Amino acid sequence: MQDLVNIFVKSIFVDNMIFAYFLGMCSYLAVSKTVKTGVGLGAAVIFVMGITIPVNYLLENKVLKEGALSWLGEGFDTVDLSFLSFIMFIAVIASMVQLVEMVVEKFAPALYSALGIFLPLIAVNCSILGGSLFMQEKDFSSIGEATVYGLGSGVGWFLAIVAIAAIREKIRYSNVPPALRGLGITFIVTGLMGIAFMAFMGIKL
Amino acid sequence: MAEVSEVEVKVKKAKEPLLGKKNRLLLSDPLNDSNPITVQVLGICSALAITVKLYPALVMSISVLFVLAVGNVIISLMRNVIPNRIRIIVQLVVVASLVILVDQVLKAYAYDVSKELSVFVGLIITNCIIMGRFEAFALANGPWKSFLDGLGNAFGYAWILLAVAFFRELLGSGTLFGFQIIPTSWYITEGGVYSNNGMMLLPPMALITVGIIIWVQRARNTKLIEEN
Repeated sequence: MQDLVNIFVKSIFVDNMIFAYFLGMCSYLAVSKTVKTGVGLGAAVIFVMGITIPVNYLLENKVLKEGALSWLGEGFDTVDLSFLSFIMFIAVIASMVQLVEMVVEKFAPALYSALGIFLPLIAVNCSILGGSLFMQEKDFSSIGEATVYGLGSGVGWFLAIVAIAAIREKIRYSNVPPALRGLGITFIVTGLMGIAFMAFMGIKL
Repeated sequence: MAEVSEVEVKVKKAKEPLLGKKNRLLLSDPLNDSNPITVQVLGICSALAITVKLYPALVMSISVLFVLAVGNVIISLMRNVIPNRIRIIVQLVVVASLVILVDQVLKAYAYDVSKELSVFVGLIITNCIIMGRFEAFALANGPWKSFLDGLGNAFGYAWILLAVAFFRELLGSGTLFGFQIIPTSWYITEGGVYSNNGMMLLPPMALITVGIIIWVQRARNTKLIEEN
């Protein structure tokens, strides 16, 4: 249990997708003009990450890793398909996004109209694939850990985009040097927020 | 009449030299006026994390150059047979296969760098530059033009990457490509007055360095300035 909490807090604050690894920056910069859209995209990211990372964890440990196929029989002990992991992960993510979109549309129309255009965008959000690749690198011991890691990374991304969107809404009223307006100041503010987030480094629960 | 003009257009197209004025523009435009990172805001995800040192940044640039140029040509060749509805998946499959190729080559011939780049090689797949150029250019243009567009955008990406890496490595470790540039006798430990700025090695400084590059670029090229 303590391990799970530790992984959750760490993935939100210490290994924050935006401030520590810059993943998902493209949509982070493009969709953070207002808090409302930021919340929509952030929620969609939490949702998709919480689903794709455990699925990819199963795929990695039951199919792709060296020796993972041993449940098929004796002869499969040494099969190593790990070079296929990129294409498998991205296929899972793209199809999961499609599936999630259909399920949400059918069973939760309100949520669907709220997330609406953001769901398809997510297939090409670097943080989703990044989460799966980090999961592969961190070598979690159970699917529970992988799920918690996915949710935590999503929440971290959500926090980052909502925070920057709020700042950008306010920054409109301040006198920024013309050449720095828009993109430039957003980069610098994100950098400063990253410095603030570094205070969490080394925290252990 | 319409037929005649169509024929004329065709003749004109055939006459355009391989590196005509328009095609040269495809190469040079992304370096400044439509730079993928500082103007189109694409491909930032992987651009920042691997700029602590010049060498990995160079390897990353070359990988992106390969994937973008070849991918653009492949998509452009297939542009008339890809059904519109599943084009994203087709594009992802093309990119993912090319990236697997790059990853295997790096693991075989440059293992240390491939370890250093870790997940960021895989993340070329979701690098927005690549999908962005496929969508915006390769789906609507011929292979040669797409190839030039791919090269141009990869160079635009590369120079920003190398510029950021240059400053971060020089100020953060005092080296360039691993060679000591700041004389060792300047350092405090050797009796001098200089010491490396460890801050430059931390992730937030990459963002701030890019912010400053954008600032300088827009101050010189005023038509890029945003309203707000």
